[in-house]
Amino acid sequence: MQLNGAQLIVRLLEQQGITTLAGVPGGAALPLYDALSQSTILHHVLARHEQGAGFIAQGMARVSGKAAVCLSSSGPGATNLVTAIADAKLDSIPLVCITGQVPSSMIGTDAFQEVDTYGISIPITKHNWLVRDVRDLLEIIPAAFRIAESGRPGPVWVDVPKDVLSAKIEIEALPLPAVRDALPEADSGLIGRAAELINAARTPVLYLGGGVIAAEASAAAVALAEKAGLPTTMTLMGLGVMPMDHSLSLGMLGMHGARYTNYALEEADLLIVLGARFDDRAIGNAEKFCPNAAVVHIDIDPAELGKIRRPNVAIHGDVARVLELLLTQVQANPRAAWVARVNDLKRQHPLALPGMDDPRSHYGLVRAVASLLDDEAVIATDVGQHQMWVAQAYPFRRPRQWLTSGGLGTMGFGMPTAIGAALAQPERTVVCFSGDGSLKMNIQEMDTAVEEGVNIKVVLMNNQSLGLVHQQQDMFYGQRIFAADYRHQTNFQMIAAGFGMAVYDLDKTDDPRAMLAEALAARGPALIHCSIDVNQKVFPMVPPGAANTEMIGG
Amino acid sequence: MDVQKVVLELTVKNHAGVMSHVCGLFARRAFNVEGILCMPIAGSDESRIWLLVFDDARLSQMIAQVEKLEDVVRVVRHGADHQVFERLEEFFK
Repeated sequence: MQLNGAQLIVRLLEQQGITTLAGVPGGAALPLYDALSQSTILHHVLARHEQGAGFIAQGMARVSGKAAVCLSSSGPGATNLVTAIADAKLDSIPLVCITGQVPSSMIGTDAFQEVDTYGISIPITKHNWLVRDVRDLLEIIPAAFRIAESGRPGPVWVDVPKDVLSAKIEIEALPLPAVRDALPEADSGLIGRAAELINAARTPVLYLGGGVIAAEASAAAVALAEKAGLPTTMTLMGLGVMPMDHSLSLGMLGMHGARYTNYALEEADLLIVLGARFDDRAIGNAEKFCPNAAVVHIDIDPAELGKIRRPNVAIHGDVARVLELLLTQVQANPRAAWVARVNDLKRQHPLALPGMDDPRSHYGLVRAVASLLDDEAVIATDVGQHQMWVAQAYPFRRPRQWLTSGGLGTMGFGMPTAIGAALAQPERTVVCFSGDGSLKMNIQEMDTAVEEGVNIKVVLMNNQSLGLVHQQQDMFYGQRIFAADYRHQTNFQMIAAGFGMAVYDLDKTDDPRAMLAEALAARGPALIHCSIDVNQKVFPMVPPGAANTEMIGG
Repeated sequence: MDVQKVVLELTVKNHAGVMSHVCGLFARRAFNVEGILCMPIAGSDESRIWLLVFDDARLSQMIAQVEKLEDVVRVVRHGADHQVFERLEEFFK
């Protein structure tokens, strides 16, 4: 059959199982969009900004675990994607990003809408390509999916010049779709040593990161905790692996973890770290983190082993496979004394959630939303105070329930990611907790949400401020609040209505709980607005550079 | 204090851009490269990159990161007495 490069890309995406992708067209991508227009399988979601397209793809990938696709044209289209791709890199989310480029003959001439997409994307992707010949697409597109999904997942970027998109190619059959690389064989001797350390430990803590979710190993991780009597903490990215209400759950550790969590970690004589990378927001001052603990570190990425903390046993392997073997060698042990000690810490130093019963306060709103939903709902956030309040207070109970920008901390992440999640799993209710600062950063995607009719509920905690900046200026910069408060009050309700969203304002009702229930029960995109006191803080808080035990507040 | 130098021998797929990947990795992790050489390996689709670097505490982490690059096939670490850069010094007088 004869195809052009763009048609070949479309056929390869279809064959890979892609049904929905997000993007914004433009000059250099026109052949690709022309080919897309002829596909009966691919549903193209027109984002209102390329960054929105990148996060819509992230939402699809985060809820499914499969690589999702975003598209744009050259130049500004490509640079606008950069933030969403960098975000995917830091949180290990599989994406395939395809951009149009100026024709090969014009590369290097500073042509209209030319930018060095290949060079720009090197540091923010797992791998990238500038396609020089249409025949190379036969190899590159399947490789893109293979690399994005294999090992530690991540984004890849394929930059395709316009003449390559238009060039004809004669092929007899499409190449086979990509399959993931084989998983590394974990060293059974090391697994034995890890089991010995666990069996001998007096006060061990299981420390779970987002890698457990990527490896689909949540049930096995919980099984290990239960068999060996391991109090279990999760990173921001790992929330949902163990249900929050599990008796062994310590919740989230780190900068905004509960006091009891960070205190329990301080007493650990062994950390069993699965699919986590000792991020600075999780461990605080690295020298002072769990000073008396030996470390067993298990990760699919060998470059994470020993990067921050030198482990006593380092196992390069797939978390699910290693857990399977580890479970057979770890002795059943309820570890009653240690669990009782942890329960004492929980009683003595509980997580304070002031205003929990008032649905118009920060924690209360999070809990009220949770009380109206079941575990099938997906919870996305933007970045800031609201993100931490949700991380602390929402009762997460399953992996892939929680979508948040962990590593890059991108404001503007929430709403487009929620749209992507809703597109991939339309049967679910997708809630996006946001703040007024974050929501403004990709507010144009309200238009996309309405056009697609997705079932997303944007819960806006409006404190008229960049709350986390406000908080740190208040606490650490002599209360000099600068460039953190918005002097002009934005009418979000009118903006959302202008885009065609349903609007609910909790400020203007006698029964906020009933209004919330009505908003969450109705299908389709909605804004739920609630004013929040700007002086509310995220507590406890570990000051930057301090040890995790040196918490303020809470 | 005199810090030891190390010679790294990378075997890479000779894709356009592999030099950018390798050099960019060292640059963005703030790890100095003192010398660099790259030539295709005759009769193969691979190239060899020689790097002269200082042996500081982060080197093993750097090597782990380099090994993750898709186009890097193999990394071998040699001592500073490796001849490749010594014999080139002739050209830098």
